[in-house]
Amino acid sequence: MTKKIKNLNLNFGPQHPAAHGVLRLILELDGEVIEKADPHIGLLHRGTEKLIENKTYMQAVPYFDRLDYVAPMNQEHAFALAVEKILKIDVPIRAQYIRVIFCEIGRILSHILNVTTQALDVGALTPSLWGFEERETLMTFYERASGSRLHANYFRAGGVHQDLPKGLEEDIAKFCETFPKIINDLESLLTDNRIFKQRNVDIGVVTKEDALDYSFSGVMIRGSGVPWDLRKSQPYDCYESLEFKIPVGKNGDCYDRYLCRIEEMKESVSIIKQCLAKMEKGPIKSLDGKISPPPKAEIKQSMEALIHHFKLFTEGYRVPKDEIYTAVEAPKGEFGVYLISDGSSKPYKCKIRAPGFSHLQSMDYLIKGHMLADVPAVLGSLDIVFGEVDR
Amino acid sequence: MKSLEDLEKKINSELTTKINNTEIKHNQIYIETDKEDIVDVAIFLKTNQDTKFRQLIDITVVDYPEQNQRFEVVYLFLSHEFNQRLIVKYSIAENEVIPSLTSIFPSANWMEREVFDMYGVSFKDHPDLRRILTDYGFEGHPLRKDFPLTGHSEVRYSEDQKKVISEPVKLEQNYRNFDYESPWEGTKYIKEEIENNDKKN
Repeated sequence: MTKKIKNLNLNFGPQHPAAHGVLRLILELDGEVIEKADPHIGLLHRGTEKLIENKTYMQAVPYFDRLDYVAPMNQEHAFALAVEKILKIDVPIRAQYIRVIFCEIGRILSHILNVTTQALDVGALTPSLWGFEERETLMTFYERASGSRLHANYFRAGGVHQDLPKGLEEDIAKFCETFPKIINDLESLLTDNRIFKQRNVDIGVVTKEDALDYSFSGVMIRGSGVPWDLRKSQPYDCYESLEFKIPVGKNGDCYDRYLCRIEEMKESVSIIKQCLAKMEKGPIKSLDGKISPPPKAEIKQSMEALIHHFKLFTEGYRVPKDEIYTAVEAPKGEFGVYLISDGSSKPYKCKIRAPGFSHLQSMDYLIKGHMLADVPAVLGSLDIVFGEVDR
Repeated sequence: MKSLEDLEKKINSELTTKINNTEIKHNQIYIETDKEDIVDVAIFLKTNQDTKFRQLIDITVVDYPEQNQRFEVVYLFLSHEFNQRLIVKYSIAENEVIPSLTSIFPSANWMEREVFDMYGVSFKDHPDLRRILTDYGFEGHPLRKDFPLTGHSEVRYSEDQKKVISEPVKLEQNYRNFDYESPWEGTKYIKEEIENNDKKN
């Protein structure tokens, strides 16, 4: 007598702590081996692109915080750059340094979250406790600059909203001194940890060719040995004048991607230090009164400033008819904005290219033939945040 | 190709009739082609030694409801080798079925599903053309310009039926879209004023 064996279908998520958000992953299992993975996304779809089409350029910025909510300002940066390029306005040098500092803080925020939660997924609890303490410090920096811990709404086309408050630069500098020790502590817990290595080495291997075919970017492509970083290859703001290295992996597995992230955090600290050293006093947003709102004090005195303020916050500034694609190196990979303006004060179309979307798409290819227990490890190293995947 | 100008020449000479128009702006190259030629153009861009656009960054559609050829399909490519970006576009009418790029770029799969979901543009030879971002059983295509911002239906938990139900949107107050457009021209207008004043003086 022959027995019929049927593959088991397993629903992973949408509410599962290792799914890093609302991912419904339908797995087809043969025993414990995964035959097929079908991610169902969109459970956090909010129609960001549609909403942006109905808002002025300045009102669109907060929506970018809510994409990858782990590193909000990096997203705002892409949008600000796109608008600046169409408007052809220059950003004052101090604003460029401030933006780079906060983008690198965002990178550290995102990488801490990813590295420590990945460790959590494969069974190590301590790293997340140590890492989240640092995230809290970084978020207070966000709060002091923008007034908000997460949804900053800080970057503007032409600069940033306001100057850094007194003492913040010194505190960020202090953090740069203490943080490398925390990274070393995290490394001492994980890098040579037997269990962590067993769970990550040779898991979710991506070859160079496949990394290109599946539109990978960021750590996902660098982990496979492609030295590609938009901060170096297509520098924006003041990245050109800064010195930093691009860590590249060798084997393209989860472990190499973890190592890349650790190294990137160290580079980010060095970038922040350089910015703080080079930064001088000066304007923090474009001086063009038709784009940057006037300071509050001026509104009380100057009629012109009052008119500008009123027009900027009702109609908003108009952007000439054009189309552009700009991308930044967000912590998770290439985050791009394809912006079409039609001469009015609202974008005609704003397509958001999120790195996580193409990374998650390759889930089936990455996980095929692996064991069920490897799903959280692979998912963790993809660095998925549903805010940006679902938009 | 080292420079964008060389690349523009190369593409024009190799693909000749398949290219309708090329333009360089913002340090990117914009190419217009036809629906029938997109597969050939994509294969050429990916495989040619002088272009090597190995990555398809994104696919999207722009909706111009007032035009005959309503949708403009946009492909964004990236060449790591030469550090260049390229944008390929073509226009189609509503209900036209366009070729899928999934066999050339595996990453096109979800991008095309998204386009299908958001704009209702169908792809030929796509292995798995389902909705991706919207809810199961969703109707309509949200990013079309004629789709209302508030949507058509809303969901709530019904105490009577003991399940989540979908019903037409009821708004306490309609979405208010104020028209602030005014003769305020921005910098240009001020500049002209200043120039005129200078002339007078």
